[in-house]
Amino acid sequence: MGFLPNIGPAELLFQLLVGLSRAMILFIVCAGLSFVLGVLRVPNIAHGSLYMIGAFATFSLSKAIGGPTGFWLALLLAPLGVALISLIAERALFRHLYQREHLMLLLFTFALALILGDLVKIFWGAEYRSVPAPEVLKGSISLLGASFPRYNLFLIFIGLLVAFALWFFVTRTRIGKISRAAAVDRDMVGLLGINVSWVFAAAFVIGCFLAGLGGALVAPTVSITLGMDQTLTFEAFLLLPLGGLGNMWGALVGSIIFGVTQALGVLVVPQFAIVFPYAAVVIVLLLRPKGLLKSVW
Amino acid sequence: MIQRILYSKWLGLTIALFILLLLLPPLVPRFFVYILGLIYVTSLLAMSLNLLVGHGGMFQFHHAVFYGVGAYTVTLMLTKTSWPMWIGFIAGPIIASIVGLFIGWFCVRLTHLYFGMLQISLGSLIWAIVFRWYKFTGGDDGIHGIPMPPFLASLNQSYYFILIILVISLILLYLILESPFGSALQAMRDNPQRCEAVGINVRRHQLLAILIATFFAGVAGVLFVVLERSVFPDLLFWVLSLEIFIMCLLGGWFTFAGPILGAALTVALRTFIGKYTEYWTLILGVILILLIFFLPEGVMGYFVKVLKPQAKKVPARGNP
Repeated sequence: MGFLPNIGPAELLFQLLVGLSRAMILFIVCAGLSFVLGVLRVPNIAHGSLYMIGAFATFSLSKAIGGPTGFWLALLLAPLGVALISLIAERALFRHLYQREHLMLLLFTFALALILGDLVKIFWGAEYRSVPAPEVLKGSISLLGASFPRYNLFLIFIGLLVAFALWFFVTRTRIGKISRAAAVDRDMVGLLGINVSWVFAAAFVIGCFLAGLGGALVAPTVSITLGMDQTLTFEAFLLLPLGGLGNMWGALVGSIIFGVTQALGVLVVPQFAIVFPYAAVVIVLLLRPKGLLKSVW
Repeated sequence: MIQRILYSKWLGLTIALFILLLLLPPLVPRFFVYILGLIYVTSLLAMSLNLLVGHGGMFQFHHAVFYGVGAYTVTLMLTKTSWPMWIGFIAGPIIASIVGLFIGWFCVRLTHLYFGMLQISLGSLIWAIVFRWYKFTGGDDGIHGIPMPPFLASLNQSYYFILIILVISLILLYLILESPFGSALQAMRDNPQRCEAVGINVRRHQLLAILIATFFAGVAGVLFVVLERSVFPDLLFWVLSLEIFIMCLLGGWFTFAGPILGAALTVALRTFIGKYTEYWTLILGVILILLIFFLPEGVMGYFVKVLKPQAKKVPARGNP
């Protein structure tokens, strides 16, 4: 046995695909976090909680609506619900704090995470939940001698779609351009007569929508439970600096590095698989502390 | 400086409180003694963090790692080697500060959020290894039933040991903050460029501060083992790091004793609200939001501001 135990190309490809589909979930959620971090300059600790709410809401909605359309409607409605929650939190509480010390904003998002976490516990309880994938996406496709679950291929497709939509949004639409400008120099944007407060609200809501979307998409692949918020928040904050804080493409690069190293780590040393992505983050940050791509900070 | 301490109005209050805490254990139920012990350990941890966050202005986001390293070091020394027990007690803080120096050496090249991010990643690497290395650290089960020397056999004995070590550590921390080094540290927080200009080596001072803070975090880790007799990877988890960070902000991070108050409030809230409802974090969250809106300087910061003799308010010019 050499350094690598005998791994066939089929296994390698399979793990690569699993890693990529996990990376796409991470990307969708982290792009939202990165957007909020870039525009509002707030590390939003409650981001993972919104992701968890998205997953739980998908469970309830797809069960309540039922049938084959249930999941697809839930996939649309759950992120919108999450966006609504974030809009309320932003307009009622968060916007009064923008002038404060940065660490106070951090403290606020932590308090929000605590509250949202317990509200989920009150509404959905502590049991494990699972959402069945719709008929179309069940089963697997065989490709190059390996069989790939259809849902994972669907995730990769959606991830690329979201990446394209985000690129279109930030480079081609007015609100996207304004929020990019606000990320660089918010005072100047205000001086140009743009209501910065609403730009912040829009950025926050869009970021949180992506968190909800990530939660809805991950629902059929994992068992939904309390505590998934902490795991995700943690992974998101680890991988964001990989690509550069506040940079959307950085979130994509970071997610792919994180997801793929974890999936390939399973092949090499299963026991220490979770160590691999952390080691990757450490290596990148030691060499390039400000991330691989340009950061807005 | 000694004179200033002796004439301080807080001195009498502090000594009275210390004597009260010394007399408590025989009078109150066992459970309270345990909770008080936990508050002392957490206070020391939060105080050590605040040396960096509040006084040094560094974003030490993953301080719990050093607490965990201290706790695991003493545990592994006590369970896996047959060396005298006191070596383990001393090794805990020393290994913690060596790890702190190692991580800090990479981090001090950066500032603010990048400092914090690099530290989170390096710290999590340590957490992940401890979490998974079943043969050495017990993995996610941790290690339980750690043998203690005879002078720490009962809970009350542990309580006194923890209290005395806490007081000694607090006195040392106070002296460090009042020393020229402490002043330089606070100056670096407020204006690093200027400090560099007047000839203070900012990085070296920050590294020294990290060394001191992680040493005391290691002491807190050892005290945790003395109290709990078990270790588990949650001691190094980022949630705990975040919690102690919050304790500093909650108590008042620009005051000396603020973190103690923050730690005591958090531990007490968790224990006593947790008795009545399982939704204690909801209540903690609401309390935090109220504090952010109404007491932005933290609880201790608020009292310091109110108790301080105020300068007479001068009406603003043109606005009688």
